[in-house]
Amino acid sequence: MSDLMALFGLVASAPEAAVSGFWLHPSLLLLVGAVVLPLLPARLRPAWMVLVPVLTFARIVALAKGSFGAVSFLQFTLEFGRVDALSLVFAYIMGLMCILGTLYGLHVKRAVETSAAWIYVAGSIGAIFAGDLLTLFLFWEVMALSSVFLIWFRGRAESLSAGYRYLLVHMAGGVALLAGIMLHYRATGSMAFAGFDVTHPSVAAYLILVGFLLNAAVPPFHAWLPDAYGEATFNGSVFLCAFTTKTAVYALIRGFAGLEILVPLGVIMALYGVVYAVLENDSRRLLAYHIVSQVGYMVAGVGLGTQLAINGACAHAFAHILYKGLLFMGCGSVLFMTGKSKFTELGGLYQKMPWTFLFTLVGGLSISAFPLFSGFVSKSMIVQAGFEDHKLWMAFLLMLASAGTFLHTGLKVPYFIWFGKNHCSKETWERAAEPTWNMLAAMALTAFLCIFIGCYTPYLYLMLPYPVEYHPYTSYHISETLQILLFTALGFFLLLKKLTPEAKISFDLDWFYRKGGRAFLWIARRPVQWIDEGVGELYRVAGLIPLMLTARWSAVFDNRIIDGAVDGLATTIRSVGSRLRGAQRGALQENLTVAFGVAAALVLIFVWFF
Amino acid sequence: MNLLRLIEFLRRNQKTVIRVCLVLLVLLVIADAVPALVDKHHAHTKPEHLPGFWAAFGFLACVLIVYVSKAFGHAGIMTREDYYDE
Repeated sequence: MSDLMALFGLVASAPEAAVSGFWLHPSLLLLVGAVVLPLLPARLRPAWMVLVPVLTFARIVALAKGSFGAVSFLQFTLEFGRVDALSLVFAYIMGLMCILGTLYGLHVKRAVETSAAWIYVAGSIGAIFAGDLLTLFLFWEVMALSSVFLIWFRGRAESLSAGYRYLLVHMAGGVALLAGIMLHYRATGSMAFAGFDVTHPSVAAYLILVGFLLNAAVPPFHAWLPDAYGEATFNGSVFLCAFTTKTAVYALIRGFAGLEILVPLGVIMALYGVVYAVLENDSRRLLAYHIVSQVGYMVAGVGLGTQLAINGACAHAFAHILYKGLLFMGCGSVLFMTGKSKFTELGGLYQKMPWTFLFTLVGGLSISAFPLFSGFVSKSMIVQAGFEDHKLWMAFLLMLASAGTFLHTGLKVPYFIWFGKNHCSKETWERAAEPTWNMLAAMALTAFLCIFIGCYTPYLYLMLPYPVEYHPYTSYHISETLQILLFTALGFFLLLKKLTPEAKISFDLDWFYRKGGRAFLWIARRPVQWIDEGVGELYRVAGLIPLMLTARWSAVFDNRIIDGAVDGLATTIRSVGSRLRGAQRGALQENLTVAFGVAAALVLIFVWFF
Repeated sequence: MNLLRLIEFLRRNQKTVIRVCLVLLVLLVIADAVPALVDKHHAHTKPEHLPGFWAAFGFLACVLIVYVSKAFGHAGIMTREDYYDE
C-alpha cells in the first residue's frame, strides 16, 4: 500500500497532530455517498439519503480540534483538515443544512440530483477545513462544477443558459483566485491559508479577494446569484442558497478580517438587494436578492474585524443558512406544487397550503430579526459592532436595510403568494396543495431550529469563535426592533397598492455579459458587410466612368463574383460560426462532465490516502 | 384543518385584528417613553432618546425604500419579461 502511495507521490507526512495516520474527512463520506447513491436500488435510496448526511454531520460534531490530513504533493504540503473554532462552526451548519436539504428532496426520483448536491456540500466543507490555498482552490472549483448541475437539472432552455452563465462567472472568479494564489506563493513562498496583510494588501491578495467577493456576490460581482438561484430546481436552490456565499464569507473571515473596504461594500450590498427586491416579481429571485442583502451584513462585519463583529458574521451566517433555506423551501414548495413562482401568477393560496405559509412566515420573521426568532440574536451583533466602532452611518444604513428585509421577505412574499389578489389560473389552483410529507417535515424542522436559536441563545453563542459577552434581549433592543418592524408593516399596508408586483424583469449587471456576446457577434459580422459594400461601390464607380461595356462587365463581375464571394464568405462564416457554437456547447458539456468527474476522483484520491 | 380555520377566523374579523394591531403600535411608542419599561442607556446616539424614534425611523425607511426603488425601477431599470429571449 505504501508503495502505491509513494508511486502517486501521496506519501502522508505525519505532522504533530496526526496520531493514527488516518483522519476521516467529513467530505469523504458525502463523496462516497454521492457515488454510491445512483447505483443503489430505488427502494434503498431514501434510507441512504438520510444515513449519509447524518453520518457526515456526526463526523463533524465528533471532530477534535487540531491540524490533520497533511499530504505531500509536488513541493507543497496540502492540509485537508484544519479544525478550529471558526472552521467548526461553519462546517457544523453546512452539515446540518445538508441533512435538512436532502430530507426536503427525499422524494426526488433522479438520484444524480442528490449526488450533485452532496458533491457540492462536500466541496463546501472541504474548502472550510482547507488549511492551505491549493486545497481551498480545489474544493472551491468542485463547488462551482457540481452546483451548476442543480441549475441544469431544472431542464428548461433558460436553465441551460443560466447554468452556462453561472459557470462562466465562477470560472472567471476561479481564475482570479488561482492567479492570486500563484502570485502569493511566488512572493511569500507559502501556501498557508491565513490572514492576509489587510493594511497594505498586495496585488496577489487583491486577486484572491476578487475570487472570494465573487462567490460572496458582492456588487459588481453579484448578478450571477439571482440569475442562477431563480432558475435552479425547486430543491437545488435550497442547497445553492446555503453553501456558495457562506463558504465565501468563511474565506473572507479567514483571510480578510478587518479589511476596511469591506464595510462600505457590505452596506452597499445590504441596500442593493433591498432595492431590487422591491422591483422583483419572481419570489425566488426576490429571495436571491435578499441573500445579497443579508450577506452584506456579514461582509460589513468582516470589514469591521472586531471580535464582536466576527462573532456576528459567523452567527449571522449560521442563522441565515437556516432561515434562507426555509424560505427557499417554502417558495420551492409552491413552485413544486403549482409550477409557478411569480407573484403575478399566484395569490390566495392560504386555503390550499396553510402550513407551507406558516413555515415560510417563520423564515420571514427570522430573516427580519423579530424577537424570539434567529435573526434577532445574530444580525444585531453586527449592527452593535458598528455602533461600538463609531461607524454610525454603517449602523443606521443597516437598520434601514432591515426595515427593507421585513418589508419584502416578511410581508411581500407571504402576502402576495398566500393572500392578496388571486391571480392563479384554474390549472394552478387545482394543482395547489400542501407538498409531500418529507418537504413539510424538512420545513417544520428548519422552522423549529430558527425559533430555537432565537429563544435559546447559548446554543449558537457557545459555538462562535470568540467568547460572547453580548445580550440581545435587553428592553431597549426589543423596543427598538419591534418599533422598526411593526411601523414598517404599517407602511406596507398603507402602500400596498404601490407595492403590487408588476410582470416585469429588471436590468442588472448581468446585462453586460448577456448582451455582450451578441455585441461581439454583431461586430464580427459588421466588417465583412462593410468590405462587401466598399468593394461593390468601388467597382460601380470605376465601372461607370470609363466605358459602359466595362461598366456592365464590372457590374456583372461585382454582382456575380465579388458579391457572391463576399456574401458567400459571410454566409459560410456565419454558418460555420453557428455550427461551431453548437459544437462547442455540446463539447463543453461533455468536457465539463469529464472535468467534473476527474476533479471528484482527484479529491477522492487525495482524501483517501491519509 | 385547524390552521386554516384560524386564518379564516382572523380574516372574518379583519376589522378587529386591524384595531388590535393599531392599539399595539400606540402602546409600543408609549412604552418606549417610559424609562421604567425601556432602559435607554443602551442607546448609542442622542436622537434615539426621543420616544418613538425607531418607530418614525421604521415608517420613514419603509416609505423611502418603496418610493426610491420604484422610481429607480421606472427610470428604465424595469423592462418587459421577454427582453432576453432571442
